[in-house]
Amino acid sequence: MYLYDDIDRAMLEDRAAEFRAQSQRRLAGEITEEQFKPLRLMNGLYLQLHAYMLRIAIPYGTLDPAQLRKLAHVARTYDRGYGHFTTRTNLQLHWIKLRDAPTILEELAEVGLHAIQTSGNCIRNLTADPHAGAAADEVDDPRIWAEVIRQWSTFHPEFSFLPRKFKIAVTGAPTDRAAIRIYDVGLRLKRDADGALAFEVRVGGGLGRLPHLGPVVNPDLPARHLLSYLQAILRVYNRHGRRDNIHKARIKVLVASLGAEEFARQVEEEWNKTDKAAVDIPDTELARIRGMFQPGGFETRPARSAAFEAARAADPRLARFARRNLTAHKIPGYALVAVSLKEPGETPGDATSEQMELVADLAERYSLNEARVTYEQNLLLPHVKLDDIPAVFAALDGAGLATPNIGLVSDIIACPGLDYCALANTRSINIAQAIARRFEDPATAERVGELKIKISGCINACGHHHVGHIGILGVDKKGEEFYQLTLGGADGDDAALGQVLGPALPSERVSGAVDQIVEAYLAERHDGERFIDTFRRTGLTPFKEAVYADADQTR
Amino acid sequence: MPTLIKRADGRFFAAEDVFVRLADEEAMPPAGGVIVSLSRFHAEGERLLADGRPVGVAVAPSEEVESLAYDLPRIALVVLEFAKFRDGRPYSSARILRERFGYAGEIRAVGDVLLEQAAFMVRCGFDTFVPADGTGAQAWESAAHRYRYVYQSAADGRPPAYAERVLA
Repeated sequence: MYLYDDIDRAMLEDRAAEFRAQSQRRLAGEITEEQFKPLRLMNGLYLQLHAYMLRIAIPYGTLDPAQLRKLAHVARTYDRGYGHFTTRTNLQLHWIKLRDAPTILEELAEVGLHAIQTSGNCIRNLTADPHAGAAADEVDDPRIWAEVIRQWSTFHPEFSFLPRKFKIAVTGAPTDRAAIRIYDVGLRLKRDADGALAFEVRVGGGLGRLPHLGPVVNPDLPARHLLSYLQAILRVYNRHGRRDNIHKARIKVLVASLGAEEFARQVEEEWNKTDKAAVDIPDTELARIRGMFQPGGFETRPARSAAFEAARAADPRLARFARRNLTAHKIPGYALVAVSLKEPGETPGDATSEQMELVADLAERYSLNEARVTYEQNLLLPHVKLDDIPAVFAALDGAGLATPNIGLVSDIIACPGLDYCALANTRSINIAQAIARRFEDPATAERVGELKIKISGCINACGHHHVGHIGILGVDKKGEEFYQLTLGGADGDDAALGQVLGPALPSERVSGAVDQIVEAYLAERHDGERFIDTFRRTGLTPFKEAVYADADQTR
Repeated sequence: MPTLIKRADGRFFAAEDVFVRLADEEAMPPAGGVIVSLSRFHAEGERLLADGRPVGVAVAPSEEVESLAYDLPRIALVVLEFAKFRDGRPYSSARILRERFGYAGEIRAVGDVLLEQAAFMVRCGFDTFVPADGTGAQAWESAAHRYRYVYQSAADGRPPAYAERVLA
């Protein structure tokens, strides 16, 4: 993991001091709320329906035990004892008092955490493949490059007042586990024809009102030129992105209106005029950062663990957990363990302070001091010995963190919705809970297989509904909560935007409709087909019939 | 005479504005520094410069500073207008003037110019400021120095963190 040095720490200390002074001016009435708003937003502090919400950045989703314990402490001391992990791998605390915020930022700075650029029209917190450093198919560790971008983009003097927010995702593997097609910039590390490290650069993805999958604007950017090329992208966007209409201000609209080819040409032209050496990261600094991500502490172990195999054979619950929540590690004898924050009946992505502390303890004891946050709103222990899986399972199970549902119907992405958010049309959490309860029986969920449900309480699409196998969008119909279903979306290498199933449904019909869709799939599916495969073969028709056959039900 | 905040060698102080901003239809004063719009400069610039007076050009956020490229050595001042503090286009314009064209004259921030943006403006190469929030030179000097380090290179020549690390 990247370790902060004196300079990194000084940046956070100076930031916390600056925000304390700004807050004092506000609390003393020296500046108005209108003047204070942009300053607090730059520190991730939003005013929501009931209280201030603080969005804490977790750069590329990587946490050490001290950081996770600090998050637990902050949630317990200054909030209600829990936090909400988001699809941008941030942690949101929804019940914050303004007068506590400067102290919280100071406490976070002690462990290298902050809320910098978690809001505002700037380059936001980066996301990366949660399997980074552990995946067998990895070309290079994406966190090295995410850290390079984190530093370069922090307090960037030219790009802090962009037309709109700007989100970057990085993956280091051919398999996309970071949803790189739905962000403003999606970066995939690869080897070019000569074997040199390069990036495939996508620009202009995004969901919201105008969903787009980002097209490739540069298939082979030499990795050493990443920052100068990003500067060129951002400069073209800063100068030419629309500022007259907030709904058309994201870079996806600029890319779509120019066409990817013309946009790429403008970026190339800007890039060629740039003094690249002044912007690109020097090799010495890259080596310094790279060194901190070198895996350390792995033992040479047999690929198979007799202890784990015996425990799994004896305990069907452990066997199911292993089937659903473990992923093979690049190092023999290790596995990645997904920690589900999707226990049926609970709020997707929420974790209590006690749960965070337990995961911190497990990371320290069993996972080489690392935990991860995934964009699917779960946690992950990336480096667990197979021998230790039974102990880790038992500990997670005792804390409601071992639901064996990763990638299944109850592993739902949901935004906070109208329970918290001032922008929402409808609630999301109650819908997620109702669906998860219907598929509470793990055997049923496993029989249904991979099925990704994503719920957003408004068109801003924080719950990624466009790219859910089943997407659910909350809409307001004359003051009542209705939900628009889409089918066939996907967010990985086979990314696609979902198709509208039919008229929006009232809230009490939604979980039943999901059940009908699942039943139709089970009736239609051929051997080995996932839901998305069946949908791609059959199209909407059987699902439409299943949900709308009895027209009375839509009333 | 109206005042503005001037930056030189890391210090900020109040200074007199020796330029007069002219609207496009406004008659040219007999002598002294003038600021004209980009379009007026393109129409009358040669004649103004031939007068031997200091000439400043005001560039709106949507206008491209590239169109001044060949005249820059003779222009005393480029005024970049912030329509709203949220409109970040002038930051790019300032960096292009300094880093691409090596412009050594004055770059002035006018419009919705706020203390909280001081550090960003300085880093992008602005050296005079007409604040909209009534803040003074002393406040600007401390705001510009709030951060002990910077992470990236820009127009101010401050060494980025990676350069400081090599020296450490």
